[in-house]
Amino acid sequence: MSGIEIFQTWLVAFFTLALFSFLYKDNPVYKLAEHIFAGLTTGYQVGLIWDTVVLQKLWDPMIYDGKWWLFVPGILGIMMFSRFTSKYSWLSRIPLAFVMGTTGGIFLTTQLHGLVLPAMKSTMLPLGGGGGFAAALLAVVVVVGVISTLIYFYFSKEHTGALGVTAKIGIWFIMISFGAHFGYTVMGRVSLLIGRMQFLINDWIGSF
Amino acid sequence: MKTTAPVVIAFLGGFIMVVSFFFNEETTFVGGLSQELLNWMIIIGGFTLLLGVVSITRVNWAAVSNKKEGWIYKIFTLLSILVMSIPSVLPNSWSPLLGRDVGSIYDWLFNYLQAPMMATMFATLAFYIASAAYRAFRARNAEATLLLITATLVMLWRVPMGESFLNLFPGDIPYFLNTYIMNGANLAVQRGIIIGAALGAASMSLRIILGIERTYMGRG
Repeated sequence: MSGIEIFQTWLVAFFTLALFSFLYKDNPVYKLAEHIFAGLTTGYQVGLIWDTVVLQKLWDPMIYDGKWWLFVPGILGIMMFSRFTSKYSWLSRIPLAFVMGTTGGIFLTTQLHGLVLPAMKSTMLPLGGGGGFAAALLAVVVVVGVISTLIYFYFSKEHTGALGVTAKIGIWFIMISFGAHFGYTVMGRVSLLIGRMQFLINDWIGSF
Repeated sequence: MKTTAPVVIAFLGGFIMVVSFFFNEETTFVGGLSQELLNWMIIIGGFTLLLGVVSITRVNWAAVSNKKEGWIYKIFTLLSILVMSIPSVLPNSWSPLLGRDVGSIYDWLFNYLQAPMMATMFATLAFYIASAAYRAFRARNAEATLLLITATLVMLWRVPMGESFLNLFPGDIPYFLNTYIMNGANLAVQRGIIIGAALGAASMSLRIILGIERTYMGRG
């Protein structure tokens, strides 16, 4: 290991242990690492936006490709900074309204055409479509699950009678799904923990 | 002017995007216009993120200036922002340490500080999720029991030891359980949530385009 590699390993090990020290209790070393992490993440965003948005989407096309009209979104973007003044803060509503309106327009079509209709199409499958009894049963389970989940989240009518029974079935389905997601999340976090432990044991302690 | 202009702009932007859905984006004017507006949205979105960065810097600067509680730590936040951002916005033609390329200060700070610290932060959650699991997995009623069984099965399937254990069961029982949990109940709930959320998003979009929903403008 070269001198710079040892320095890098020790630096990463210091900040890894500093962040893990919070598991014992809040302490100044953790706070230092936490604040540095927050600053670095913020600074990372600056570099990313500067390169991918300001240069690649705005400056270069406007200056080198002759797309002069891009000064309009540039000015709209700068107008966002009017939020820092009390007198002209209303100007920031204009770019915000543009983003909200266009996003709304995209969502109105894509949510229905891209999500609702395909989800419904994939749910309503023919029972005799091949695959035998097991496939037919699975199709029924999916239909019952989708309908009961939707009814559980329907709050415009009190969950009593048939609606209440269906909502109850819905909560069972939801608990099964949440359980599966919880299991996945636990495994994902444990995988990250194993990665950090491998670094500390193999790379850092191994460098002694 | 302060409220009418934003409502008109939101309506026009939304209307163009909805209409453009029915036109070819490469061969028609409306389709091309929608692509241009999408590009504009990305540019404004980028400035909005920069607004957040400026806001964080201002808040931390104010805390340091007024020597509020924990102001010493905020100096490190400000220094980290400056050290990470300033070299990244300067052209790498001046020095190989500038810009965002491999070997730059930005790249080094990302690889040896930001990325490991982010992984550690998420790894720390493993301990808290274990504590949350203890509370959530107590089989107090039928719903909690279902959560406990499903989570246990999913976790078992994802490790070799658990998989070997489940394979001890006769026939295709583990396979069918996996199929009916992951491709049955789990899929059904995901679809139910997707359909519900998408319908909600579509109706909220319509409210914004028509100017009924104006809370995004704030007060004043």
